[in-house]
Amino acid sequence: MTTFEVSVEPRVAQSLEAMLLIRAFEEQSAALNAAGKSPSMCTSVGQEASAVGVMNALDERDQILTNHRSAGHLLARGADPRRILAEILGKSTGYCGGKSGSLHISVKELGVVLTSTIVGGELSLAPGVALSRQMLGGEGIVVVFFGDGAATEGIFHESINLAAVWNLPVLYVCENNQWQAFVHRKETMLADHISTWGASYGVKSQTVDGNDVDAVTAAAKDAVAYVRGTRKPFLLETYTYRLRGHMEPDPASYVDPAELQSWKERDPIATYEQRLLDEHAITPAELDAMKSRVRARIEDAAQFAMESPYPSFEELTTNVYA
Amino acid sequence: MAEKSYRDAIRDAMMEEMDRDPNVLIMGEDIGVYEGTFRITAGMLKKYGPKRVIDTPIAEAGMVGTAVGMAMLGLRPIVEMMTVNFAIVAADQILNHAAKVRYFSGGQVDVPMVIRGPHGAGVQLSAQHSQSFESFYAHFPGLKVVAPGTPADAKGLLKTAIRGRDPVMFLESAALYGMKGEVPDDTNFTVPFGQSRVAREGRDVTIVSYSRMMQMSLLVADKLSKEEGIECEVIDLRTLRPLDMDPVYASVSKTHRAVVVQEQWKPFGAAAEIAASITENVFDELDAPVVRVTGEDVPMPYARNLELLATPHEEHVAAAVKKVMYR
Ligand SMILES: Cc1ncc(C[n+]2csc(CCOP(=O)(O)OP(=O)(O)O)c2C)c(N)n1
Repeated sequence: MTTFEVSVEPRVAQSLEAMLLIRAFEEQSAALNAAGKSPSMCTSVGQEASAVGVMNALDERDQILTNHRSAGHLLARGADPRRILAEILGKSTGYCGGKSGSLHISVKELGVVLTSTIVGGELSLAPGVALSRQMLGGEGIVVVFFGDGAATEGIFHESINLAAVWNLPVLYVCENNQWQAFVHRKETMLADHISTWGASYGVKSQTVDGNDVDAVTAAAKDAVAYVRGTRKPFLLETYTYRLRGHMEPDPASYVDPAELQSWKERDPIATYEQRLLDEHAITPAELDAMKSRVRARIEDAAQFAMESPYPSFEELTTNVYA
Repeated sequence: MAEKSYRDAIRDAMMEEMDRDPNVLIMGEDIGVYEGTFRITAGMLKKYGPKRVIDTPIAEAGMVGTAVGMAMLGLRPIVEMMTVNFAIVAADQILNHAAKVRYFSGGQVDVPMVIRGPHGAGVQLSAQHSQSFESFYAHFPGLKVVAPGTPADAKGLLKTAIRGRDPVMFLESAALYGMKGEVPDDTNFTVPFGQSRVAREGRDVTIVSYSRMMQMSLLVADKLSKEEGIECEVIDLRTLRPLDMDPVYASVSKTHRAVVVQEQWKPFGAAAEIAASITENVFDELDAPVVRVTGEDVPMPYARNLELLATPHEEHVAAAVKKVMYR
């Protein structure tokens, strides 16, 4: 059982370390793919503050549903980078024994119910997961991560309306990273903020700067307190940016360089590091130590994943039925 | 004739039909500005503009429903699915609307539309992204289902689909996109639906297949011919609805043995339909039970070693051929 250090006592340094871990993990995955040693995956580079900030507000009771860009969510929840990377390489030591890859990871012991790679798939399940928690007892709430693209699927609207009329404790977290695969958000919707859609369903909603981990943490804590207390849904939009391509490899030549540059300057990790240094919340030596700790963990994870065996052939037909 | 890839043949078919008929248009995710995840629509936005090459939000139910509405009032939409897996988000629009409107309107309304995109297993895309749907869609009266296995057929069948008056599920094999072959240049070249083709002649065993598995069967047939002196006749069905079984019956009447090859799961699949039809119609000609070669009956696993086990390979087809020959 993994501990929940990050969420139980969210201190600033822990937020930084969690973000550094996600970034290093994603860059390692991308590097393995570039070297022909890993299949493709969708990284969350640039969106680390959203994952970490939201997870900072959760506790052990809560359940999580996520999408194709889930590695950051899993790591922020305390998942073991070794076992995620092993899963991405299709190894038997991965969380799902190599049957899911990056696409469908679930980690029951951490409350990660499912990663769905059908856009909006996780949204369809969220009211039911919440209802089940409610009917079977338990205080937990459900957090469902989805992209701005998923919000254009009909299922988003069905899901949030159900949660609203049935008073279900679902925190909808829309990671508005401005991209929907290879199309810019502006091409597919007139609203700048998905949060503005919540009101039409009677759902309290808010947008937060998704690149500021402290702001996300604070907003998520308020949102979680509201959902826990009222047993009603809340829509939190983390306004952020996808700094790599949609998937690996993707040179992302369709991205406007000026827009990319403006968001790079707001990199959630670099800006947070600088702020903590400026405020003397962390010393350069501590930062270095943190970075080498993270590097060591990721190197270890890569080695573990590479050395792990593939699933045995008998695994092909297991778990089709109970 | 010109040497063309399956991918280019599909694009040529669409562009020729868009040149020919201003009511033909295409819509889908990432097809315009980005020119398609598989580059099928390269150059099309530039040529036809955003009114006829329409980028949609990620909204399959919305886009297919829109296409049905367009088709009912006289346009001829082509909907590109990023992969055919995502079309099931729009299953209601396809199965409950597109497939039935003509029938329950008493023939008042045509629904001339095509839903097309890459279909079948890829490489490590896991269970939600690796599925085959031909028997699923072919089960429904009112839909036509096409599964081309060569560049020429991809072009000729797609043109027939676009010109037709009914909704068509046009299932492309992503693994064949790069495959090259001779394709007629004539802009009036079409391949009619419901005409299975003898892709290779042979006297010993009939192999029935379509799409990529048909190409694989041809490789097996050549190998068995060279190495074992076994001559397989390979029948390419080309369209599953309408399904033309006459060439299959003729072939089985000659070889007296049949193997059916499909990538999808065995239960209730296309091969079951074909095997049953052979049994119903030319039972007396058979010298051995019809054998099916299919994918493993599991959701597609991700790990490469398991994925390879889950999909049919040349050796499976060869083994099935020998089995019906009792060798
Ligand atoms: C139903 C469905 N349609 C299309 C796709 C292909 N696809 C995968 S991710 C993606 C983009 C999703 O955009 P968004 O929800 O904004 O998430 P982001 O990738 O930006 O994190 C698309 C179109 C899919 N997986 N499922």
